[in-house]
Amino acid sequence: MKNTFLAGLFGTVVMLVSSGAALAQTATIAVAANFTKTIEVIGDEFTKETGHKLKFSFGPTGKLFAQIKNGAPFDAFFGADEKRALKTIEDGTGVNGTYFVYAQGQIALYSDKYPVKEQPLEVLKKAEFRHIAMANPRTAPYGERAQAYVKKMGLYDGLKSKIVNGESIAHAFQYVATGNAPIGFIALSQIVDPQSPIYKKGEYWVVPQADYAPIKQGAVVLKRGQDNTAVKAFMEFVQSPKAIEIIQSYGYSTP
Amino acid sequence: MIEIFGVEVSLDPIWLTLEVAAWTTFILLLLGTPLAWWMARMQHSSKIVLEALVALPLVLPPTVLGFYLLIIFNPNGYVTEFLRFFGFEGQLTFSKTGLIVGSVFYSLPFAVQPLMHAFEAVPQKLLDAAATMRANVLDRFFTIVLPLSQRGFLVAATLTFAHTVGEFGVVLMLGGNIPGETRMVSIDIFDHVESLEYDQAHVLSAMMLIFSLIVLMLVYGINRRFGVKVG
Repeated sequence: MKNTFLAGLFGTVVMLVSSGAALAQTATIAVAANFTKTIEVIGDEFTKETGHKLKFSFGPTGKLFAQIKNGAPFDAFFGADEKRALKTIEDGTGVNGTYFVYAQGQIALYSDKYPVKEQPLEVLKKAEFRHIAMANPRTAPYGERAQAYVKKMGLYDGLKSKIVNGESIAHAFQYVATGNAPIGFIALSQIVDPQSPIYKKGEYWVVPQADYAPIKQGAVVLKRGQDNTAVKAFMEFVQSPKAIEIIQSYGYSTP
Repeated sequence: MIEIFGVEVSLDPIWLTLEVAAWTTFILLLLGTPLAWWMARMQHSSKIVLEALVALPLVLPPTVLGFYLLIIFNPNGYVTEFLRFFGFEGQLTFSKTGLIVGSVFYSLPFAVQPLMHAFEAVPQKLLDAAATMRANVLDRFFTIVLPLSQRGFLVAATLTFAHTVGEFGVVLMLGGNIPGETRMVSIDIFDHVESLEYDQAHVLSAMMLIFSLIVLMLVYGINRRFGVKVG
């Protein structure tokens, strides 16, 4: 009698747990540092709507890529460029046919000291500052585009000795936000975020998108997450009008 | 640029790292000696506060130290203002000087702790006896304390140097990755990994590994040799 009761209870528990798992799953997603705030907001909306839980791991795209290559337990990858997400497919860790561009980043020149809004190029040409912050062009797409832009404008030689590189765009942003660099090329998304420490402080100028190759940010489902319903639902959600609105409000354009 | 196993590696970060580590060791031995001596002879219970303060960099994540220094070293901050007063014209963040100052904090326990333990082992009786023979403080220090604490100094210097060479978090936070100025080996390795240049990362990492192993063997060797002699 007692045994049947226990068995019944056990059966019920197993059923509850397994059905719960089928309804709401958890996905672990690697996300490029620049998209941190945006994806957190999208993720909250997503969890509210679907019940699926998300865990985000933020970092420089290059580092996340290296971790994925070496077996990091991520279900999906949101890179800061097209290259790395596509390369995961090439390497066999990404799932073919799941790649899409989720946002296009914009570079802005920010300063709390110099009139970058009115005379951005004059400020860069005069270069009266001791340091200008940028993301590392070798490792961060935002840095690479910023460097290409100043080179194109013929300003690189004058600025070269003053450039300080953050490892990611988030890191370059810290140099500016803490006042250690009075001026810097950062992501527009880092300025327009109302929670940003420099929100409505200083001034900024959005670098014309025609002057640099678009920073298309690509996402991909990874092999580990291909059967995870939360991953599939989230990748669709990110491309929904609701998510697109959030993405644009954070200073990205969308394809 | 040199070639090691067919991989081109820039030596600048290595020289810079050795330079920063050498300065840090020199400064810490200079400043750490009186501090360690004072702490070793301290009877008051407030000694534990000092000991805890000195040991802080051992347990704090380097990013915490780096973050505070980034804020404190701000070119418009009090510290820089204070230094300006003495004619300092540079900036502490993004500079070699700043890295050395940061490293002095970061490696403090590695210099002070071995020195303190060495000083504690110097018998007070010897010093008292020397004092009765009119040896002044400096005499006593150079003729008794220094020879008896050789091992402490060697260990302090080696560990400080090695620990500074291996520094990453503080350099990352304060440095700004400027070639020849703040791009130390650990940052260079990080960059190579980030940009998928695994060959260079391998060569530099292997060099670091071998260097660290040699240094640690040196430390244990010193401990053993002098340990036997004293004990």
